Amino acid sequence: MANTLTLTATSPCYGLLPKTVGTCTLTETDLGTLTSVAPFKGRAVSDALKGAHGMAFPAPNRATGKDGARAIWFGRDMVLLAGPVPDPGLGDHAALTDQSDAWTCVTLSGEDAGAVLARLVPVDLRPAIFKQGHTARTQLGHMNASITRTGPDSFLILVFRSMAATLVHDLVTAMESLAARH
Amino acid sequence: MRLPCPICGERDRREFYYQGAAVALNRPAPDADADAWQDFVYLRENLPGDHQELWSHDAGCGAWLVVTRNTVTHAVLGAKLASEADR
Ligand SMILES: [Zn+2]
Repeated sequence: MANTLTLTATSPCYGLLPKTVGTCTLTETDLGTLTSVAPFKGRAVSDALKGAHGMAFPAPNRATGKDGARAIWFGRDMVLLAGPVPDPGLGDHAALTDQSDAWTCVTLSGEDAGAVLARLVPVDLRPAIFKQGHTARTQLGHMNASITRTGPDSFLILVFRSMAATLVHDLVTAMESLAARH
Repeated sequence: MRLPCPICGERDRREFYYQGAAVALNRPAPDADADAWQDFVYLRENLPGDHQELWSHDAGCGAWLVVTRNTVTHAVLGAKLASEADR
């Protein structure tokens, strides 16, 4: 009789999250399928994206859509489609690349979420400046990151998958040092 | 020091990487003579004052920029996308 080996996929933050410290909670977020959408030169992709997935192609530093189907500006001439499997018709206008296994995705929420990130990120993330639907490619500690405000006290944070443990360590350390001051 | 990325806005210096003098954009023709290539590869003016510098926004949008920076005062006078800079 043949032996059967069953392999179970684990998420990037498997065994590390969730964590709650003080007012903040850090959870892993399953965004679904991740696809980079890089429009071909001179091609507009916004109508196709809207028709297929219901959200406009975001301007730089912005995200469109909502939980379950988001388009996050991801760099020069590139957007990350997070959630749905991309409509094949998008491929007529843009290069589509599957990124689903490449990123660690977490959500930091709570009253002190902004203050925690202020210790690690060289961008002004205060709500008057960095509003809901705003996003930034920047650094979190020494890691290149994508940070999007998804609510008054919540941020979606992406770094390369290989940096999951460092991301959790850096964020939890900042959460602890902030909580210790209360 | 902060650099004004035309795509991302004004950002901290740590998000950028210095890529050398912007003369690197003025590549000689493939059949140019050895002197032209010697100039392009090795020779740089290093006068005090306004310099055109290449910086890449590695930790931001990824674009390469031509930044005008004064090497005496360290004032940053502007930045444009390298793809749109005068050659
Ligand atoms: Zn930029």
